[in-house]
Amino acid sequence: MVAFGNPVDTAIIGAGVVGCAMARRFCLEGASVVVLERAPDILSGASKANSAILHTGFDAPPGSVELQCMQAGYAEYMQIREDFNLPILDTGAMVAAWSDSEEARLPELLEQALLNGVADARLLSRAEVVAREPALGAHVRAALLVPREVIIDPWSAPLAYAMQAKALGAGFHFNAGLLSARFDGDLWHLQTPIGTLTARSVINAAGIHGDSVERMLIGGSQFEIRPRKGQFVVFDKAAAKHLRTILLPVPTARTKGVVLIRTIFGNLLVGPTAEEQEERDRPDVTRPELDMLIAKAVELVPALAQAQVTAVYAGLRPASEEKHYRLHSLPEKGYFCAGGIRSTGLTAALGIARHVHGLWAQDRTAGGKPITAPPIFPLPNLAEHLPRDWQVPGHGGIVCHCEMVTGREIEAALSSPLPPGDFGGLRRRTRCAMGRCQGFNCLARLNSLTEGRLSVPIAPEADR
Amino acid sequence: MSAASYDVAIVGGGPAGLSAAIELRARGVAKVALFERGDEAGGIPRHCGHPLFGMREFGRILTGPAYARRLVAAALAAGVTVLPKHTVVHTGPGGRLTVASPNGIETIQAARILIATGAREATRAQLLVPGLRPLGVMNTAALQAFVYQEGRVPFRRPLIVGSELVSLSAILTCRSHGIRPIAMVENELDVQARRAFFALPRVLRVPVMPGAQILAIEGRPRVTSVRLRLADGTETLLACDGVIFSGRFVPEAALTEASALVLDPATGGPEIDQHGRGSDPGIFFAGNMVHPIETAGHCWAEGRRVAGMIAAELADRAKSEPKEARGRRVIAGAGLKYVVPQRLTTEGTGTAPVLNVRALGAANGQLILSDGSGTILRSQSINAAPQKPIRFSLAGLDLAGESSDLRLRLEPKA
Ligand SMILES: Cc1cc2nc3c(=O)[nH]c(=O)nc-3n(C[C@H](O)[C@H](O)[C@H](O)COP(=O)(O)OP(=O)(O)OC[C@H]3O[C@@H](n4cnc5c(N)ncnc54)[C@H](O)[C@@H]3O)c2cc1C
Ligand SMILES: Cc1cc2nc3c(=O)[nH]c(=O)nc-3n(C[C@H](O)[C@H](O)[C@H](O)COP(=O)(O)OP(=O)(O)OC[C@H]3O[C@@H](n4cnc5c(N)ncnc54)[C@H](O)[C@@H]3O)c2cc1C
Repeated sequence: MVAFGNPVDTAIIGAGVVGCAMARRFCLEGASVVVLERAPDILSGASKANSAILHTGFDAPPGSVELQCMQAGYAEYMQIREDFNLPILDTGAMVAAWSDSEEARLPELLEQALLNGVADARLLSRAEVVAREPALGAHVRAALLVPREVIIDPWSAPLAYAMQAKALGAGFHFNAGLLSARFDGDLWHLQTPIGTLTARSVINAAGIHGDSVERMLIGGSQFEIRPRKGQFVVFDKAAAKHLRTILLPVPTARTKGVVLIRTIFGNLLVGPTAEEQEERDRPDVTRPELDMLIAKAVELVPALAQAQVTAVYAGLRPASEEKHYRLHSLPEKGYFCAGGIRSTGLTAALGIARHVHGLWAQDRTAGGKPITAPPIFPLPNLAEHLPRDWQVPGHGGIVCHCEMVTGREIEAALSSPLPPGDFGGLRRRTRCAMGRCQGFNCLARLNSLTEGRLSVPIAPEADR
Repeated sequence: MSAASYDVAIVGGGPAGLSAAIELRARGVAKVALFERGDEAGGIPRHCGHPLFGMREFGRILTGPAYARRLVAAALAAGVTVLPKHTVVHTGPGGRLTVASPNGIETIQAARILIATGAREATRAQLLVPGLRPLGVMNTAALQAFVYQEGRVPFRRPLIVGSELVSLSAILTCRSHGIRPIAMVENELDVQARRAFFALPRVLRVPVMPGAQILAIEGRPRVTSVRLRLADGTETLLACDGVIFSGRFVPEAALTEASALVLDPATGGPEIDQHGRGSDPGIFFAGNMVHPIETAGHCWAEGRRVAGMIAAELADRAKSEPKEARGRRVIAGAGLKYVVPQRLTTEGTGTAPVLNVRALGAANGQLILSDGSGTILRSQSINAAPQKPIRFSLAGLDLAGESSDLRLRLEPKA
């Protein structure tokens, strides 16, 4: 059991990208913060499995809170990214039209982009599209170019937010899912498997469980989560040479559609699907959908017919019955909700955190003063196009050969202030075993290197 | 800093690379360096704790690690510069290599390069196997590294996926460490290694299930079961705590790709001629990266053979500039997965070429070699299990003079 001590200004339920950004913002504003996370590590929900695009908001609903949060989040990311050594891959995005009817919709998309303040969006003719991306299938017609859509490292960014919060005193507790809650008119008593935390306010950032956490906290829920699965196929690094720009389809009312996109780690990604499902903890991959994604990728870029698959994965979008974010509060109880952050949360998280803090600060004050000179520190770079640790002498040898992860990087992750709780967490912090061999070469060694240091070990404790 | 230079730089310290290095020294090549990215040279056998190595090379049966140690010792004794923890990240034209080591990055110059980076087993992701993605899913090689190198047992009741030789080796590895495989499943309708070998799982009471499709891997955070559709169409849930994906080898061709050398989509490895020469005339290949997969002994012999060619070329003043010689193409026709080498040149000496062939499934019938005009040059009858290496000898055939593509195809027995 953890002795949580004095009541904190705010408790955050969930350490996805939204919870991590929230913790950082509240700490910067002088609040005392504890984050309760059900899983063994940060980023165990939707935030571990997205497309990693930092969106401009060109296609978001005009005038929406979502758009406002995305643009605030985008701006803040760009502002702080050098402090934390967070990379971008400056690709731009193209909404490509492949038929008459799709081409006919481009002007309206351009209009929406301009309305949303994305002033540099413009239409490209077929010739311009082909000049920019010669590997595209011959049936491409035209495109809308959105130059400032970029690719980021989807894991290092939230890790940086969480680490800064931690450096400012936030408590992060894992395997600490909220079990029940009681508000005594003044304080929240939040019961978890590791102890009971008291807090003056509570923020629901529980993603896929947002509605049930809301019920736990205030007895009912204003919204209902409708999990929407997105599956992906990651192609081998050799495939990345076929495409530079993010390739978006003309969107439908329901989804942004299947995207073809480089990753910052040097691979090429196709996905996501958009599949409604009941189960909330089942991000499984399914064969017909994986086949469909590969076929789609080959249709868009025929040279991908030869590409090898490196990985497949799926994420569950915390969608709700309505399209918009579910940002609401019950100020008299000190309850705040950042729910239903469906498909733009990586971009918007820093903006959502500001927005929720704004609501919070309307009638309460933090115990401490806003931080004027917050601690900043570079995160290890994992982006393929920037210098990596293996290029710097003294790394002690490479452990994961596919992704060129050094022993020094593994050790640094394991002994960091916010160390991984499970193998997934180590993979996201270092890229180990994320490459083409998926651990054929290094899994056993990684198990030995991490023994006794992960709350969920790679292999069960040796019993011989 | 001037680049270190060698007569031959070998990439990969498995049986193929080591035997080539030893042979080059034996033939008087002065400066031979072997770059191995692992902590030690030795290749895959380093973590194959079971004995089935060394007959051809040392005339006795050794375990993998003992075999690897002997090869490394022989290379060192022969005066090979063995450089573990050295990863070759790029090979450029003109014999330039970029090498990463704990000391940073350096550039190396070599008159010839031999790439022998081996092969690995297909991953669960490559095979697009559905379900959740829990801990406890790994390849045979990873299992062997767990038990033989790290002294750890990752699971107790795994399911084995695949039915190649290496899948049987997975059973042996399990049984010698108190691990009891619950079953062996194969998605093809027939087992992939010779049927006679399946006496082993029978004796050890490991059910073998050909024609079984994995519907889902279940469990979180660790594997708890696998849902299957069996050959007869029924569905079943097998409780297990691990899944071993065995075989379905793919060449370790990352370096070859990064260096923009021509690949054969059929093998996934480089396109070579009968001397092991790739699309860059100064770069040769040997071992499992050219033909997934053969025994260590075969790769060892191949390393020697390619080394002989390289040594002869370096010794012959007139030829010491690498020769571009593209030769006649050999195409894998109906019923065949691949044919190696993909090109035959008239250049060079040595023994008559043998085509290394793999069929798409079990092969029973005639292998027929024909030329561009459809004229049959040679045929050979064949009866082989699906993953069995097939040899097609070209001894006595005069392939010079003509340049049309050669095609090898399988004509199944009626
Ligand atoms: C397929 C896909 C593609 C996407 N692509 C993009 C993109 O390109 N760009 C972009 O900006 N966004 C993208 N998104 C959206 C983005 O990933 C999400 O909006 C974001 O991750 C949501 O973050 P979150 O913190 O709200 O939820 P989550 O990441 O799900 O975090 C919620 C956390 O709460 C925890 N939790 C749940 N219940 C409890 C409890 N009772 N107690 C304690 N903790 C609890 C969970 O374990 C989890 O860690 C994509 C999403 C998906 C699924
Ligand atoms: C699980 C398993 C069990 C097996 N059991 C048997 C058996 O019982 N009997 C048998 O005869 N055969 C067995 N084999 C096959 C045998 O291991 C191979 O045939 C043999 O090792 C192939 O030799 P190789 O030199 O081609 O490649 P490998 O042995 O794979 O060696 C390649 C080497 O290249 C290195 N390398 C790769 N890329 C680079 C780079 N860029 N820079 C530097 N170094 C690099 C690798 O680290 C590796 O050491 C088994 C294989 C496996 C996977």
